[in-house]
Amino acid sequence: MKRVVDSGVRFYLILVLIFLYLPILVMALFAFNKSPLYALPLEFDFIWFRALAENDKLLRAGLNSVLIALANTVIATSLGTMAAVAFGRYTFRGKTLLQALLFPPIAIPWLVIGTAMLFFFFWVAKMMGVPFMARGLHTILLGHVALSLPYVIFVVGARLNDYPKALEEAAATLGATPWLVFCRISVPILAPSVVAAALFAFAVSFDQFVISYFLAPPGVTTLPVEIYTSIRKGFTPEINAISTIIIVISMGLMLIVARFYRFGGERSGDE
Amino acid sequence: MTPTTRTRWAIFSLTGPAYLWLTCTVFLPIAAMLVLSFLDKSPLVPKPAGFTFDNYIAYFTKPFYRPLTLWSIQLGFWVTFCCLVIGYPAAYALAKRVKGRWREAIFLLIVLPFWSNALVRIFSWTMVLRKNGIVDVAVQSIIPGAPAVDFLGTYPAVIIGLTHSYLPYMILTCYIALQAIDDSLIEAGRSLGATKFTTFRRVVFPLSLPGIISGSALIFVPVIGSFMEPRILGGTKGATLGMNIEEQFTVTANWPLGAALSFVLLAIVLIIFGMLYPFLRRQTGVA
Repeated sequence: MKRVVDSGVRFYLILVLIFLYLPILVMALFAFNKSPLYALPLEFDFIWFRALAENDKLLRAGLNSVLIALANTVIATSLGTMAAVAFGRYTFRGKTLLQALLFPPIAIPWLVIGTAMLFFFFWVAKMMGVPFMARGLHTILLGHVALSLPYVIFVVGARLNDYPKALEEAAATLGATPWLVFCRISVPILAPSVVAAALFAFAVSFDQFVISYFLAPPGVTTLPVEIYTSIRKGFTPEINAISTIIIVISMGLMLIVARFYRFGGERSGDE
Repeated sequence: MTPTTRTRWAIFSLTGPAYLWLTCTVFLPIAAMLVLSFLDKSPLVPKPAGFTFDNYIAYFTKPFYRPLTLWSIQLGFWVTFCCLVIGYPAAYALAKRVKGRWREAIFLLIVLPFWSNALVRIFSWTMVLRKNGIVDVAVQSIIPGAPAVDFLGTYPAVIIGLTHSYLPYMILTCYIALQAIDDSLIEAGRSLGATKFTTFRRVVFPLSLPGIISGSALIFVPVIGSFMEPRILGGTKGATLGMNIEEQFTVTANWPLGAALSFVLLAIVLIIFGMLYPFLRRQTGVA
């Protein structure tokens, strides 16, 4: 009886995994297919990767995406970690309110936040007399950081919740200077969660489509925006080729996140 | 700890930058958008704008918006429902039936695709569902001469694509809730004579409700505001409120109307959560 149940469970989980991976695999397969019309049967060829190497528009969009994601990672991780440390260390009036304010950026549909940013940035730029400043890579970055900040604060904050304060006190009692305590105790304890938060921030930005879509002026795009435009205009397997590359990179990043989470002992209570 | 001037200064300088950033990029824009929704023309044009309720009146009086709103809400419920039906058993199997290394590996495999680009995943469904796509070719090779299978541009296509996009959220939140349930509680229920199903219904399910609720909220909110997925998979059929809002900003350039529609969308989300709130509170209050 137990064996039957177990194989049923296994079968179900495999079905779910097939559902999750089927379209991704199909997409990757067509990246290596010669036909520009996605015709079957498959004919193996690297032609679309070669075409991609010469597609300046797509490559430039890819470069923009990486640059914004990197800048976003640095800004969101530092600002978010600072706020998380304040929440973890101090009890103060208005703390609950500040923490509650982290939910609107997550809970309001991106469409609404994106269009609101579009209007507000246009309006501010007009007030300052520089209308062309309203849209561009810099405002896309502004938006991405805003979306990443709550996640960073949550991820780092989760680690600070069970922060072993006694260790710091012990070190201080034993004569360590505050600087030494910071370097030898606080940083090593926090580092894994900060790294995880940074990778999280990178992924949030690299994947973000809606905000970038509204804030990108004509001619300046990020990869998801460029892909969306191509899909609507009629697409070629070059999109599959670059998508395959993105998926490999994103999944690789996630695997690294998983490793850091393990090393951080976040999931030690698992077993 | 009582805040001294020094700690107050520390708190202020640590939280200040993050919240200043959020204020300038989220809170002020949302407030500005609320004002915009009551103007008769965008303040970006040279002519002075006046106060009006017309944008909201337009939404409530034009029959055009009714099917859009209805389909957006239905889509939200359908996708949440599908994610729950597929995701909950998977989370349960993972949390209670699979152990050790396998659990970790499968868990990672389930959350991995949700780190690949959402747009790319929606795009890949077009190759599976369209005529001459994978499903069609598979059906044709098994039953030669069968009618062509072309899902692309239908309601189910949108539901399938969105369910695929958001399924990991549901599995993740339910898994966390289920995994936290102490196995001894289940054993206690069993040893006191409850059947497996009763133990599940009276012990496991109520304790996992917080996971179901947060998963549903995480799915419902973005789905009801979706515009890219219905556009790619649904084509001309099944326009959503989100698609119309996008058009107001990018095509027709009627920003005040778009702003009003955005707040209608937000209001719908709030009303639905408000209606579920007493029920949810009663359920989670037990735990």
